Amino acid sequence: MPAIIIDGKEYRYEGEGRNLLEVCLSLGFAVPYFCWHPAMHAVGACRQCAVKVFTDETDTRGKIVMSCMTAAADGMRVAIHDPEVADFRARVIEWLMVNHPHDCAVCDEGGECHLQDMTVMTGHVSRRYRFDKRTYRNQELGPFVHHEMNRCIQCYRCVRFYRDYAGGRDLEVFGAHDHVYFGRFADGVLESPFSGNLVEVCPTGVFTDKVFKEQYARKWDLATAPSVCTLCGHGCNILPGARDGTLRRVRNRYHHAVNGYFICDRGRYGFQFVNSEFRVRTPLLRDGGTLRAASADEALARVRTVLAEGTVAGIGSPRASVEANYALRALVGAERFCHGLPEKEFTLLEALVALMRSARTPFPTLPEVERADAVIILGEDLANTAPRLELALRQAARIVPDELEAAALGVLPFDDAALRAATQGGTHPLFLAVTGATSLDAMATARCRAVPDELARLALAVAHRLDPSAPAVTDLGADAAALADRIADALRTAKRPLLICGASAGSPALIAAAGQLLRALDTAGTAPMLRVVAPACDSMGVALLGGISLEEAARADTLIILDSEQLSAAQVAGATHIICLDSLLTEIGERAEVVLPAATFAESGGTLVNSDGLAQRFFQVFVPEGDIRESWRWIAEILGQPWANLDALLAEIAAELPVFAPMREAAPPADYRLDGQKIPRQSPRCSGRTAMTAHVSVHEPVPPDDPDSPLAFSMEGASGQPPAPLVPRFWAPGWNSVQAVNTFQEEVGGPLREGVLCRVIVPAGSAPPAAPVPPAFVPREDALLILPAYHLFGSEPLSLLTPGIAALAPAPYLALHPADAARLGVTVGSMVTVTLGETALTLPVVPREDVPRGAGLLSVGLVETPDALPAWGAVRGGAHA
Amino acid sequence: MLTEQERHEIDEEVAAVRGHARAAVVEALKVVQRRRGWVSDDDLRDVAACLGMTPAEVDAVATFYNKIFRRRVGRHVLLICDSVSCWIVGYHALLEHLRARWGLELGATTADDRFTLLPVACLGLCEQAPAMLLDGELYGNLTPARLDAILATHE
Ligand code: SF4
Ligand code: SF4
Ligand code: FES
Ligand code: FES
Repeated sequence: MPAIIIDGKEYRYEGEGRNLLEVCLSLGFAVPYFCWHPAMHAVGACRQCAVKVFTDETDTRGKIVMSCMTAAADGMRVAIHDPEVADFRARVIEWLMVNHPHDCAVCDEGGECHLQDMTVMTGHVSRRYRFDKRTYRNQELGPFVHHEMNRCIQCYRCVRFYRDYAGGRDLEVFGAHDHVYFGRFADGVLESPFSGNLVEVCPTGVFTDKVFKEQYARKWDLATAPSVCTLCGHGCNILPGARDGTLRRVRNRYHHAVNGYFICDRGRYGFQFVNSEFRVRTPLLRDGGTLRAASADEALARVRTVLAEGTVAGIGSPRASVEANYALRALVGAERFCHGLPEKEFTLLEALVALMRSARTPFPTLPEVERADAVIILGEDLANTAPRLELALRQAARIVPDELEAAALGVLPFDDAALRAATQGGTHPLFLAVTGATSLDAMATARCRAVPDELARLALAVAHRLDPSAPAVTDLGADAAALADRIADALRTAKRPLLICGASAGSPALIAAAGQLLRALDTAGTAPMLRVVAPACDSMGVALLGGISLEEAARADTLIILDSEQLSAAQVAGATHIICLDSLLTEIGERAEVVLPAATFAESGGTLVNSDGLAQRFFQVFVPEGDIRESWRWIAEILGQPWANLDALLAEIAAELPVFAPMREAAPPADYRLDGQKIPRQSPRCSGRTAMTAHVSVHEPVPPDDPDSPLAFSMEGASGQPPAPLVPRFWAPGWNSVQAVNTFQEEVGGPLREGVLCRVIVPAGSAPPAAPVPPAFVPREDALLILPAYHLFGSEPLSLLTPGIAALAPAPYLALHPADAARLGVTVGSMVTVTLGETALTLPVVPREDVPRGAGLLSVGLVETPDALPAWGAVRGGAHA
Repeated sequence: MLTEQERHEIDEEVAAVRGHARAAVVEALKVVQRRRGWVSDDDLRDVAACLGMTPAEVDAVATFYNKIFRRRVGRHVLLICDSVSCWIVGYHALLEHLRARWGLELGATTADDRFTLLPVACLGLCEQAPAMLLDGELYGNLTPARLDAILATHE
């Protein structure tokens, strides 16, 4: 282990090729910085991170260097507290502040501002500048991000994130010297699906959260708890913040293996359904024709009566926790429990689990995905089906020289600008086998746009080229064959190839083909990495739980349904009695016998299994108004309280279903104590404790108890750093901004201390399922093969209740190839009728070159589709809206 | 709308950098400015479309260079040197004269669209300071009288 001498004392540090700033921060030294970012590395733009280095022990003068642009080296002598360099840092911040306003008190960043922290850290306390300040006009950037350019200190982080890291092309830096402006060419909605990260990336109040602004609270006034995003299958770790019974915002919660420093805009802003006016807050009971509010006892009595009559089935949900689903299964019995999905969709999930188990190489963490050097994506439009993964693939596609290669190029391995210049935008092989245009097209080496069966044939052809014992695709077209050669060559020669496949294309054949390809890559000796994409936050949880299909469940007389918003009324039309455990009043709820008010993710705790087979625990953030309870608690009531708390339920799940046994390790149990105390959800500075409810009673209420976790609904408790799964906020003395995360990591950019990766699906090297070669696709005269098209804003129903997301969601459409449009005699914007089974949908037509011939892309989530896609649909032009 | 000729010239600039359109941005902007005197928002959008770039990407370059004009300028653009040599030997007097006699303000265009006055860093003509650049021509050893004589020839 190398050692470094800081201010005369020797310290050992980890890691080669790191910069001095990272090493100093990892050792716990407070070196101020602005432009360096652990995920985006260094450019040396702000000059804030100055330290002194000395050539040897006889050197008494030393020289000032930028620590972020200097490689740490064994035996290096460094001074941080030297008066000369300390003064240098104070002067740097003084000129960065020359144009900065003096109004932290009205700035949204105040209290969690990196600039505030750094100003205090450097000891710059009084301004000498007495002239006019430079001012700018702010831009209107859409529903999510608020802009206040006067607060800018020109660190360039925003454009480095938005443009260089996330590939956005509408945010830039304009002007030069002391007139630089960070914004868009003109006012308008930020186009990147990751725009919300600007709020956390910008060290000052230039970019702040516009949704939060509407219901603002200071960071220290928010109650926060570790949570997991429920809006896609990726399972990003998040930190929701609540105050006064409402959820105010969602921020990224650093998890090195899952989401790193960034989340997508659906995840950041899609939480507003929690505060929706459609929330059910008391039990509802059908009385005659209408639903009326009822007491819990009355409602539960009715539930028990209804459940006693006729046949019963319980419908679970891939959007509910493992605990909630299991509890329902315990209530109705394993044979009467439905996983909540139509047969076809569940088959896809089973196929994905089988695919994962057939892997032999450990599943890659996010940084491993980012370091893949050849990628093939089968059937996923990632920006819309697993956005966080798309952002990781942007990093994978980019060639980033490793330490040795950087040395050969003569650049430092953390010098972002130099590395980018040296590689000149060079990319690793990235192949897209998808059903339409995607956001990664511009980075792709080659792509194939075709219907899922054709994609499967391509994947099988590649597999055969890598392993001749795999079945051959004999009737492949010349273009596809050439592409298969190319893909096979690129994957074979890669050191870290990555295969991505998911359920989005709706094709079991494609998943089976992925299994063959994975095995063939393995046989070819490449140790392929696999990353799977599942649609919902607990799809994999229900896949492991199993159950009967939705079609079968719907035949029961009485249905008890978890999260009915994922179903259409038609799917359960046959039932006589319906009991809903819902957080929102749905169409199904409206005709239910009883609706029990269920907690959302922010009001409950539980475990979700993400696409990657990771079990992750989320914790209750706040206690909602009304008689809202966790779904599993309602069920426990019905059953007569079999589980005392979440841990008891988890213990039963582990005993009943061994596959879930590792899940108990996802977080410490409820009786865990840090320094003998619970971990407070509120900060010690939280204001208004005694005043908040004084209009009701002047006596301070006793904080609600939390029997399910080691967290407390209080500002009192342990003040140390808890283990990673329990970290309720990132804060450390002197570090009020999100940059405090540095102090929670084992070392800067690495895992949080005492983190866990709790896998319930592991690579087992089991035999991949057989993959017969599908016949070549033959377009039909009278119909189109209707394929699903996904939208970040629009295909997920709960997030559509966020007004900003609804505003950005597209109108429903059917896209088809211009040649097919011409054949069917339909023109842009005209209406067509698509008949899928019994249902006829009338939609506007969008002719698009990227749609495969003979197919149509239908926006899912925006229209109710009767059956799982793909499906043949008769299309007729000339319909009227 | 760009003219056929402008498009053609921009294509040639792109060809000159072996098809790396992004490397031709500055030259493409100069093509437009040569004829129109400045680059309007609409022109900038057209240049962006020509090069397969976004308006933001092109404007980031355009606004970085102080001699790509993103606002309308007069018929004649006068760049007056405000760097050290010129500053020592009479920049202020010239500036005052331009203001008093010709109504020129730094960063502004005269009402009759005749002149735009802008500051510029050292023109490399220190030995003949104070100096200026008028429509691309260098003039040194300036005095108010000499300035009057030069400006008078620029209608
Ligand atoms: S807007 Fe924020 S992130 Fe961008 S340069 Fe200014 S201070 Fe840095
Ligand atoms: S990528 Fe998925 S899990 Fe992550 S924030 Fe976005 S919607 Fe949530
Ligand atoms: S952090 Fe080192 S120069 Fe900005
Ligand atoms: S300082 Fe004016 S020309 Fe050099």
